[in-house]
This record gives sequence, C-alpha cells and structure tokens, in this order.
Amino acid sequence: MLQTNLTHITSEEQFNEILQNNENVMICCGRMGPMCVPVYEIMEELENEYTHVKFADMEFDIPAAHVIRNLPECRSFTGLPFTVYYKNGKVVKATSSIQNMEQVTSILDSEFGKNE
Amino acid sequence: MRKYDFDVIVLGGGPAGLTAGIYLSRARVDTAILNEGTVGGQTVLTHEIANYPGVENINGYQLARIMKNQAIRFGCTVRSNIKVTGLALTGSLKKIEINNKETYTAKAVIIASGGRSRTLNVPGEEKFKGHGISYCATCDGDFFTDQNIIVVGGGNSALEEAVALTKYAKSVTVVHQFDHFQAFPHAVKEAKENPKINFIMESEIIEFLGSDKLESVKIIDKKTGNVSTMKIDGVFILIGYVPNTEIFKEIIELNEKNEIIVDENLKTNIDGVYAAGDSIQKKYRQITTAVADGTIAALNTIEYLNKQKQEPVEV
Repeated sequence: MLQTNLTHITSEEQFNEILQNNENVMICCGRMGPMCVPVYEIMEELENEYTHVKFADMEFDIPAAHVIRNLPECRSFTGLPFTVYYKNGKVVKATSSIQNMEQVTSILDSEFGKNE
Repeated sequence: MRKYDFDVIVLGGGPAGLTAGIYLSRARVDTAILNEGTVGGQTVLTHEIANYPGVENINGYQLARIMKNQAIRFGCTVRSNIKVTGLALTGSLKKIEINNKETYTAKAVIIASGGRSRTLNVPGEEKFKGHGISYCATCDGDFFTDQNIIVVGGGNSALEEAVALTKYAKSVTVVHQFDHFQAFPHAVKEAKENPKINFIMESEIIEFLGSDKLESVKIIDKKTGNVSTMKIDGVFILIGYVPNTEIFKEIIELNEKNEIIVDENLKTNIDGVYAAGDSIQKKYRQITTAVADGTIAALNTIEYLNKQKQEPVEV
C-alpha cells in the first residue's frame, strides 16, 4: 500500500467503480520513489481545492495496475509515476515522470475546469 | 490578498528548513515554513539513508515525513507546493507574497531553499523526460532491461548509478565532459572494471532526437569539435545539483556559483535574514550538515529576535 492520504486503488473492480462514479478522475500510478512522492503530495494538496476531481493512487507493481501500465497513452513512458487523467471514463491526458504543481494544475484546469 | 503574520518565515522545507522549523517552534517562536516543492527537498530523492546518526536504515521520504510531523507537532505551519511571487526582505518587517494571492510577513526569514538536479538544457531534454530521459536510476532502471543506455556525468552519483544500471541494461555508456572523473577512486574503479560499461570522455550531448520516444542523441567531441549521432534507448542525467537561489539574486549576496554567502552565524548580507542548507556556500552537502545549518540558523534567529525586542521602538 502506498503511504499517502489519497484513495488507494487496489483492484480492477475498484478502478472501474471510481471511473463510473466520477466525471473527472486523476490517478497516479507509481511507487514510493523520489519521482512519485512529489506528485502524490501535490494531489493531497489539491484534493480540497479541486472537489470536482477524484484523486487516487495505485501501486505500479500490483497486478491490477495493468489498467494503467498497458494504456496506449502510456506506451512510450519510461519514467515513474504514470499519471492519467480521465473524463467520463475516457483518458484525456497522461504524463510520465515527476510533475510540478504548475504542470498538474494546468492539466486539471484545462481538462476539468477550475472549481466554481 | 490574504495576509498572515509570523515571527519567522522559513523559505524551504528540506532538512535544513524543517530543522529550523522544529527549533523555532519548540522555542515558541511563531513560524511558517513555505516550500516550493515537496517537503523533504532532495532528501526524498534518496531511496536508502544508512548514515543518518540514530537511524539505522530509512528512506528519504520517511525521514522527511518524520521531520515534518515533528515541526507541526511543535506548532509550526508548513505549506508546500507554493510559488513565491514576491519578496521584500530588506526592511525590518519582511514580506513574502505567494501564489499571487497571499502575503506572509515576519520579523526574520531563514532561506533554506536547497538545490535541484542540474539539467543539460539542450534541445529535446524536456520533450523526452519520462520518454527515454530519466534523472533517477533506481526509479526507472527496470524500464531499460536489455537495452542500451547512456549515463551523463562523472561524479559519484553518475558512476555508482551506472554500475547499478548494469543490472538491467545491455550496455551503459558513460558520457563525461572532462578527461577525468570527479568521483571517488573506488567508484571509478568499480565502473571501469564493469564489462558492461563504456566511456566517452571529453564529450557532451548536445541534442536528444526521436518521435514519441527518445531514439538517438547528438554528441560533440570537445577535443575535435566533431558531432556524431548515437542510437540509444535511454539516457540518465546525473550531473549534480544547482542551488535554488534565482529569486534572491537581486536581493541577497551570492557567490559565482549562485550560492548564498553567509557569515559564521549563517547570517546573509541583510539584517534578519539567515540561510541554511544546500543553498549556501559550503563544501559538503549532506542531510546531517543541512540539519546542523538549520539548527544554527534557528538559534541565531531567536537571538536576533530577542535583541530586536530590547531595542527601543522608533516613533
């Protein structure tokens, strides 16, 4: 289990349930490594502000993580974490490796809009 | 614009900043740590810390979390992932604007802004980050199993990671700009003895090429000026750190490496502004030295605040 305060996705069923029940979803799939931790922390910070987005993490090495690892959008990725943004269950953006607050909020704002 | 008043603001939440926060808050000095990145700074980049006294084995993230919780327990405010958008440090009341919408004021400031991985700053580097270019061998090494990779750098990190990457890669080519290494002799020896490692000395990568993914690099031979193209699957850039001092350039005295110049009390050229950790001018950059700096800066700041209280107020 990742040591974060985010919702942890541990199975494919839970992953599908989150996508079905939320219009805007951001999932960070990684390990507790130096490139991943900053992204989790940014998500924790944004959770209260972007209430219209569901934030979750997923361990990269669990079998269920194939739902992220095998996405066509992640085919060229060679850096953890794989961060994927979904709107109505469809991938709208995916990033590889560490991202800063500006990069994450810029994607959230352009794909999901700012919280009113 | 929302406004918050504190006795001391610590700019940076690495080991130096967190230690300063712990000491100040424990002394009942109202303190806020404002951190532009992840709390823990460069510490979170370390997978295993084996030489931090009192703790046998811990990863950087865990150590940083403990320090952060310690500071918060003593009453310190910790804000991370903020952006400093304005600074006024010269007056007796220091003002720091963040995110263009909040102002923090304090009687004293400790700069503990740390450093960050140095990048090559050549075309294609940003495009292929996470698509063939990595700055963390431990994180991304397994994506390059049975592939050919380059490690850029000649220091301890570069050579140690080059050796570690041979567990995964088919071949590792070390590209270094000088004709000698800065790494310790034992690290150089281990790398040179590894049959999977080749060396291209006195050369630099000048461009990364590919479509969706990194496919090749352009390398210049610094002796001859010849440029060649090399097919490659991945590049790990491990060329040290630069201090995060850009925003202080016009205000605080820096040396030629952009490190903050401090006196023995870790005071900068401005009254009431101290500095600690990797952003200051010093020889050794370790978690232990950052923690020591944070302590010294905090204690001197407390002394400064006490002196200010004793001085007559100008009317």
